[in-house]
Amino acid sequence: MTDYFQPEDDTPQAAIAAIGEDLALFDDWMDRYEFIIELGRKLPPYPAAWQDEAHRVQGCQSQVWLAAQEADGKLYFTGASDAAIVSGLVALVLRVYSGRTRAEILATSAQFLRDLGLIGALSTNRGNGVAAMVERIQEMARAA
Amino acid sequence: MSATLRSFDVTVIREDFPILKQQVHGKPLVFLDSAASAQKPRAVIDAMRHVMEAQYANVHRGLHYMSEKTSDAFEAVRDKVAAFINAASRDEIVFTRNATESINLVAYTWGRTALRPGDAVAVSEMEHHANLVPWQMLRDAHGTDLRIIKITDAGEIDFDSLEQVFADGKVKLLAVTQMSNVLGSYTPVERLAKFAHERGAKILVDGCQAIVHRHVDVQAIGADFYAFSGHKLYGPTGIGVLYGKRELLEAMPPFMGGGEMIGHVTYEKSTWAKPPFRFEAGTPAIIETIGLGAAIDYVRGIGFEAIAAHEHELTEHALATLGNIEGVNIIGHAQDRGGVISFTMRHAHPHDIATLLDRQGIAVRAGHHCAEPLMGRMGVTGTARASFGMYTTPEEIDALAKGLLRIKQVFA
Repeated sequence: MTDYFQPEDDTPQAAIAAIGEDLALFDDWMDRYEFIIELGRKLPPYPAAWQDEAHRVQGCQSQVWLAAQEADGKLYFTGASDAAIVSGLVALVLRVYSGRTRAEILATSAQFLRDLGLIGALSTNRGNGVAAMVERIQEMARAA
Repeated sequence: MSATLRSFDVTVIREDFPILKQQVHGKPLVFLDSAASAQKPRAVIDAMRHVMEAQYANVHRGLHYMSEKTSDAFEAVRDKVAAFINAASRDEIVFTRNATESINLVAYTWGRTALRPGDAVAVSEMEHHANLVPWQMLRDAHGTDLRIIKITDAGEIDFDSLEQVFADGKVKLLAVTQMSNVLGSYTPVERLAKFAHERGAKILVDGCQAIVHRHVDVQAIGADFYAFSGHKLYGPTGIGVLYGKRELLEAMPPFMGGGEMIGHVTYEKSTWAKPPFRFEAGTPAIIETIGLGAAIDYVRGIGFEAIAAHEHELTEHALATLGNIEGVNIIGHAQDRGGVISFTMRHAHPHDIATLLDRQGIAVRAGHHCAEPLMGRMGVTGTARASFGMYTTPEEIDALAKGLLRIKQVFA
């Protein structure tokens, strides 16, 4: 049985606010990234069998895989990356989007990633790929 | 060395590049991504602005003052490029958008007329996608064969493999880089040209990286085709060059149809202009071409002797400094190499390296560098790459080393 990311906060907005508070504890980006890398290490184990083309998020420079499961009207995600910082960003994204309803997922813009300084531009799919990850999550939420 | 050359002082050179004074994430910018695209000197920026402010009109068309002035400035760049690479004639210089377009032009026109199904094109294992994919497309559309010449673990052309690839006499084109954009290796292009010619094949040289760092003489090389882009040579984007030997260009059909490239047009048919205009359909990148001219003037004013000496020192310093960091692995160690250094680091993904360096103000590239098959050949999925230009300083390499030590701490 695969572990999916369990929500810690009541709403996506609460998760975004909590992430903002966590990141604000550091005044240096190197320390902030150390924290982000640590979050990646604490992700639920991702099944090796799902590190395949079907689960791969296109548009990332590093490899990112994402899988979803629906339960009680909510979508739960699990994910992984071969890069440490990207794994941490996967953890942040899942904290916001995993265990939410489709409506909540679609109503939550990826803009917070930019506001928190985690990505330079939402359009740079060839950047760290985290925006592509959110796009993929929202595609899954739109799918019937 | 001519008396007009400036003596080389990197701090003075840096004054010519306005962008280098910037801060990134509150740190001084350390720009080590010049192999992807180089920064621009004031002379190039001013030349481009001057065209737009003082002498702009379409070229080759108007009988009025502005068009004539602009045409003169534009065509003067063709002479500059010809002299820069020692082409036998200005008519051998075709302006393109970039080196990718230059190589595609050869694949589409020369490739589809001079090559027959069953003929082969040979490329090395260390080509940029720009010098691999067009030949795959030609293979699939035209029935030519595509063969890969192996490189050694050091990142040099394997001449045994070269012999094997040519053994059955079917190879009609050797398409090879003069300097790897990943490994920094130079290839012995003169020797390769001789080898190809002795076997009845032509040679196309991808000079994108090499032309930035050393003097190129297409006649001394014996190149049949030579491709490069302006933006790596401290010039603007949107302008590239294809050099082709006159008799080859004359036999080639057009690449694209439109204005500029015609002799006469009726509703039924058209005849083609002579090279190079046959290959320059539509309004060219006028401003960018003039910018390229300014870049060539700038580089020639400093001189490749001085640039190469400075960059050689930088490369030696970087290889020694980075090589000393435990856990850092430099990919490729060709004898003849330049200031492009790919590396991996224990525990840290190239993506992590680039992100963490960026926060320290240091720009490097991470990934497969548009040479995905080469990654597999070298046994890595990607690398981080630091690359140097004439404005790079030893202190910047020390900053990179310090940055990598800091990254080691993060992953400790």
